[in-house]
Amino acid sequence: MSDGAYAVILLYATSHAIRAEKVLKQTGIPSKMIPVPRHISSSCGVCVRVARADQEVARQALEQAGVEIEGIHGI
Amino acid sequence: MMIYFDNAATSWPKPPGVTEAMLHFMEAVGANPGRAAHRLAVESGRILYDAREAVAELFHAADPLRVVFTKNVTEALNLALRGLLRPGDHVVTSSMEHNSLMRPLRALERSGVQVTVVGCSPQGTLDPADVEMAIRPTTKLVALNHASNVVGTLLPVAEVGAICRERGPLLLVDAAQTGGAYPLDVQAARVDLLGFTGHKSLGGPMGTGGLVIGERVDEKQLDPLVRGGTGSRSEQEVQPDFLPDMCESGTPNVVGLAGLAAGVRWVLARGVEAIRAHEVALTRALIEGLRAIPGVTVYGTLDAESQTATVAFNIAGLPCSEVGLRLDDDYGIMCRVGLHCAPAAHRTIGTFPDGTVRFGLGAFNAMDEVEAALAAVRELAGEGQ
Repeated sequence: MSDGAYAVILLYATSHAIRAEKVLKQTGIPSKMIPVPRHISSSCGVCVRVARADQEVARQALEQAGVEIEGIHGI
Repeated sequence: MMIYFDNAATSWPKPPGVTEAMLHFMEAVGANPGRAAHRLAVESGRILYDAREAVAELFHAADPLRVVFTKNVTEALNLALRGLLRPGDHVVTSSMEHNSLMRPLRALERSGVQVTVVGCSPQGTLDPADVEMAIRPTTKLVALNHASNVVGTLLPVAEVGAICRERGPLLLVDAAQTGGAYPLDVQAARVDLLGFTGHKSLGGPMGTGGLVIGERVDEKQLDPLVRGGTGSRSEQEVQPDFLPDMCESGTPNVVGLAGLAAGVRWVLARGVEAIRAHEVALTRALIEGLRAIPGVTVYGTLDAESQTATVAFNIAGLPCSEVGLRLDDDYGIMCRVGLHCAPAAHRTIGTFPDGTVRFGLGAFNAMDEVEAALAAVRELAGEGQ
């Protein structure tokens, strides 16, 4: 993984992350659920990783679907 | 011959696909949802989310994340009642309720919650105007079953929903007897809190149920029954304040919920309207057949359209316990007799403390089973004369 290639979208709970994954899949944005990187949050949950290039379109898709986003961080 | 007429307690057999979904989870997934992020944990989380979506679709709930899973409807009703009601609050309920609602309410009454029980007719019907008259400025909640577990009589929840929206209180509906067997749209009927159980007409296994929480309910005012690990906000020692996590502490019953999702998907594929039409036809034949037998008293509205597929009756001269034993031993007919955990309902229909025989029909019963049961009751009634 090259530095800065990805963004992680933090959601409030796993169920929210799974909903986010579904929305992104329907929108055609490749994503993967990964553990929340420890340097970003101490939450033990999962987050959704997308390509940095897809960050804004992913954010818009999630907001349009009513999925609350806790934060988006480049990794 | 074996005839299962105890679907009002637990449906059986289960729809095709339910056991397979549970086996799939046990053999191919198995991991804890919402904790780790490895592939099996994520798949487990997807199965759990799919169950929320299936339930939301069935009841027309807007947001799957406002579907909270519990172990059964009793726990869901306890969550709603104990979570929302505070000393000084007033609740309106009916005289046809199951103890799953009545007992937590009676306990809350001792801690200062005021309870008004609106009387129903001996047929189990409720006049919405009586509910409206019972509403006070302090009424926080109206809590009703959608249909009686004793006689199957449907209560006018949509009419009460409209009254609640106008007058202010939240409406809690116990859909134990109707979920999957009678159409219910929580938005159209203005139901704010819907308790459901997985193991009856939703076709799922025991140990599954939940509460659908509407937008009018402020979850910040809802006290969880249980607190603990949720997989979210792990840095905090206080309970999360968002749904569904705040109400779902501890590892959930994903194997059961995988089965529940498959059951609900089966109901959706067959169609609640089609299931309802099948059950109405069976219920009508059963009521008419029973009424034609001398010495048999049938309870309720006697109108298949006004009730679920649960039919209560007694045979003159034979205690219901004896009828139940003979039906099982001599005819292979399994039903439930007695008070059905609903003393208030039996008082209302005039069968307390003796109870009734209850035939609880379901989606998998057939007309020839109704005919066989009628023949059996005819023979027993002949002995009772």
